[in-house]
Amino acid sequence: MEFFFQQLINALQLGSFYALIAIGYSMVYGVLLLFNFAHGDVFMVGAYIGFFVSSALLGLNIFGALALPLSVTLSLVLVLTLIISMALNSIVGMLVERIGYRPLRDAPRASAAITGLMIGIILETGNLAILGPQRRSFPELIQSATINIAGVSFTNKKILIVFISILLTLALHQFVRHTKWGMAMRAMAYDYVVVPLMGISTNKIALMTFALGSALAAAAGILYGVAYPVLDPNMGILFGWKAFVAAILGGRGSILGAGLAGFLLGFIEIFVATIFPSTMRNLIAFGIILIILTFRPHGFFGEPFSAQLRL
Amino acid sequence: MTTNSASTPTIRQRIRALFSRIWEPYRSVPLLGWLIAALVAVGLEQLVGLPLARGLGLTKIPALFGAVVILSKPALTPSALLFTTLIYILPIGIVARFTAPLTNRIAAKLAEYPLVVTALVHLVLLYAVLHIWCDITDYRLLVARLAMISIILTLSLNVVNGYMGEFSCSHPGFMSIGAYVASAFTIVLFVSENRFGEALLPPALGPYMFPLALMLGGLISAFGALLVAIPSFRTRGDYLAIISLAFMFIVKSFFENMEVVGGARGISNQPDYATLPIVFLWTILSIWIINNFVRSTMGKALNAVRDGELAANAMTVDTRKTKMTAFLFAAFWAGVAGGLFAHVLRYINPDSFGIRKLAEVLAMVYFGGLNSVTGSVVGAVGLSLISEALRPLDIFKWIIIPIMLILIMIYRPTGLIAFTEFNVEKIFLPKGRAPEGAEHASA
Repeated sequence: MEFFFQQLINALQLGSFYALIAIGYSMVYGVLLLFNFAHGDVFMVGAYIGFFVSSALLGLNIFGALALPLSVTLSLVLVLTLIISMALNSIVGMLVERIGYRPLRDAPRASAAITGLMIGIILETGNLAILGPQRRSFPELIQSATINIAGVSFTNKKILIVFISILLTLALHQFVRHTKWGMAMRAMAYDYVVVPLMGISTNKIALMTFALGSALAAAAGILYGVAYPVLDPNMGILFGWKAFVAAILGGRGSILGAGLAGFLLGFIEIFVATIFPSTMRNLIAFGIILIILTFRPHGFFGEPFSAQLRL
Repeated sequence: MTTNSASTPTIRQRIRALFSRIWEPYRSVPLLGWLIAALVAVGLEQLVGLPLARGLGLTKIPALFGAVVILSKPALTPSALLFTTLIYILPIGIVARFTAPLTNRIAAKLAEYPLVVTALVHLVLLYAVLHIWCDITDYRLLVARLAMISIILTLSLNVVNGYMGEFSCSHPGFMSIGAYVASAFTIVLFVSENRFGEALLPPALGPYMFPLALMLGGLISAFGALLVAIPSFRTRGDYLAIISLAFMFIVKSFFENMEVVGGARGISNQPDYATLPIVFLWTILSIWIINNFVRSTMGKALNAVRDGELAANAMTVDTRKTKMTAFLFAAFWAGVAGGLFAHVLRYINPDSFGIRKLAEVLAMVYFGGLNSVTGSVVGAVGLSLISEALRPLDIFKWIIIPIMLILIMIYRPTGLIAFTEFNVEKIFLPKGRAPEGAEHASA
């Protein structure tokens, strides 16, 4: 039982990364009907931005000279890192939209998927070319402490990661449900053609969608760095593609759905790894997803629809 | 501006006029003429290439028309360019131009024979060019064979992504199934080694059984495609993209866990059956069969499904059956390509069939052009050669190629040569002053 709860916490932690990335995919897919294949690498860029921002704030490594005059507490550094990196990464996301997707707004959707794929490759190799192949270790932003509740011990990091990711998911959900901007996004997801007639700029909404998704990806990157403090340029590939599948599993454009599916993917992976050898993880996880999609092709929260490929 | 340019030609117009004046005599060169000219060029390279290269200060004959030399040792750029001009551009230019009347007459003569004879003559010439060109270095041999395998792969993906208009991501998966099945077949039967023990059949029999191995690989990967096709073709939409992606990961993970075939370490010691003529034959076969497939009733039905599934259904097209057939057909050819790939490299591991491979194949399809056999051939050969030529740039290669592709997608969203039909009869015809006025009739 103890073991089960520990694995549960691990699964929640892994799931929160998937959830935060999957929401980015799901929003873009919901609003623009596009596969944003660069999103996994935007997550990677977010993690690196977080690395540099937190190093700068702490005055570590190369940033020794830039150390802030006043001594800041670790928790403040974490909050500042999250806010600054999310802002910076949303700019990266908007650039991706501007360069790779907007020129192709009227082209076949598959072509836009190719540009996304190519931008992802550029981000990876660009990182490799600029920063070199060595791995970076993320600075410790949370003083590690073990909490013991009813015989189940876990670190405060895991709790914080899960907490922050659920908080961000709910905040985004509220944003989309209850603000004017969110309403415009939902309107665009509902009918792409009529929205411009209502005086809403589709370009602005598209930019905002990418910015929000990338901000969440940056948060996921920083939390990932807190949990596993090793960054390498290829970390976004597998993570991103898995989160993409989770986004579809959640249902088209459903933020809570994508979040839940992300957590589900985390559960499947962790519990498969405890029962079977860990190399079987991807095999069984994707097998389960394939079976779910066979019986529920619209995902958990997506309404049945038929997206015509505009080709 | 328009009045200005009408009176005095701008520099751009002058350059264009100059080019068209140079190009003018070559409009009447038939395919046969180009092939004979290329044969002369590669023959020349075989005879005087090495002394000429030494004389120009190069250590050996530039492997890919001097591109690699220019990028890795910029100081040698003039000699590499001079070499390419002397060996390729000048001989091809001169021979193609001055044999044009003769080759046109031969082509006209050949046109009277059945298409098979004409096609065979051209293919033999093409193979001769390729063979002599590859004879110089092993590197060229490898590049040529891999480029031809890419043609098969790109064509088969174009059937799904171009002709059917869906977005499939599982081609690396099908390829790896074909590669593993064919490798297991040939290694178990014809190779004595540690993993599978003694050869069961005399190795001399191997090359004759190789087509069987490839076809078995193709059939089993088509069977695997059923797993993707059954759930994803129940509803129209993007499910194929997701399910095929999941399938690709499943296959990769499956082979990583199969210790029988080496797990993550992969499998090696494939016999050297995929020689240049074999790969050439399979490539031609695949182009022929896939071209016939997409021009058949089935291919037309496929296009109808892409353009409007409901309308196609109303026109008595069995949409589900059509999509299934096309998808399994594509998977079969991807499996064959995988089998050839394994026997060219003679070492495969699950990592060679991952996301990178997917990006590569998709790039080739969308670079060349959707819904076009010519486009696929151009895309596969073009991108393979570009990627080999940029090899000295190391990782910057993976920045330049994506930027190129993004630009192509922005300016020609369906690829360079999209939505054209590949008319075999027309390309063999003699060209000239357009006797029947049908010179540029192809659209």
